[in-house]
Amino acid sequence: MSDTPEEMRKQMIGGDFDPRGFIELMASHSHGGLIGTRYLDHGDDWAELAIDYDEKLVGDPATGILASGPVVSLVDTASGMAIWLKSQKFVEIVTIDLRVDYLRPAKVGNSVCARMQCYRATRNIAFVRGQAHDGDAEDPIAQAAGTFMFMRPA
Amino acid sequence: MSVLLPPYAEALGVVAERDDNGRLVLAMDFAAHVRGRPGFLHGGAIAGLLELAAIATVQDRLGSDDRPRFKPITVTTDFMRGGRDKRTYAAAVISRLGSRLANVESFAWQESEDTPIAAARLNFLLARATGSPNR
Repeated sequence: MSDTPEEMRKQMIGGDFDPRGFIELMASHSHGGLIGTRYLDHGDDWAELAIDYDEKLVGDPATGILASGPVVSLVDTASGMAIWLKSQKFVEIVTIDLRVDYLRPAKVGNSVCARMQCYRATRNIAFVRGQAHDGDAEDPIAQAAGTFMFMRPA
Repeated sequence: MSVLLPPYAEALGVVAERDDNGRLVLAMDFAAHVRGRPGFLHGGAIAGLLELAAIATVQDRLGSDDRPRFKPITVTTDFMRGGRDKRTYAAAVISRLGSRLANVESFAWQESEDTPIAAARLNFLLARATGSPNR
């Protein structure tokens, strides 16, 4: 297990991508730590991450509802992991655009879980879609879609 | 009027300022808690800054007597340049402000406003205690 982001990146580019280890590492070094990103699960072309409810991430003190920013962060990070899993190419990727539709507010106190799938990856571009929910995957809080670009085409 | 920012702004380290024209500009310093890949801002932190700028700008227009709840409906963020290890600014332009909906465009930049690092289109439902029904 590497212990700096730089080492992790080298290891990833070498082809040894560990989704759980990646998230645990990022939690101690970056924005993922601020919002408390947790690894839940992954498959061949998808990744599932979660954040716990946290008062410091509240966007509306009157209601205690989370800001939308942390949900975007979660979706963005899960998208990147889904793309690495799908493409089996662990090169740097950048977000081109990301759209999140908020179907309803997350319940105050609930964890938020995002599951993103990379449904198409070309030489240069990857396409993702997915949903976020706060406990019941059948009753999502948000629908998301995005496009990403590989920094160095294979 | 003074600008009230939510706890999320404090967590990101976002502060509200005004430029020489009195326009509201939000600022966020680079730090580990807003970093994604090494040396760059996390896209989610940039999106968070853009959201905060959009809400603060609409609230600034509405004035202190009218404080609706801002329910984001759609947020579409375009990332144009990597956010580097420096202070990031964001300001928003209100496309339309109605009684129930606000359509806002938000921009973030570092070196110069002419070279934005990201932009977002945000549509909010404005929910008031009395009046229009909630979603």
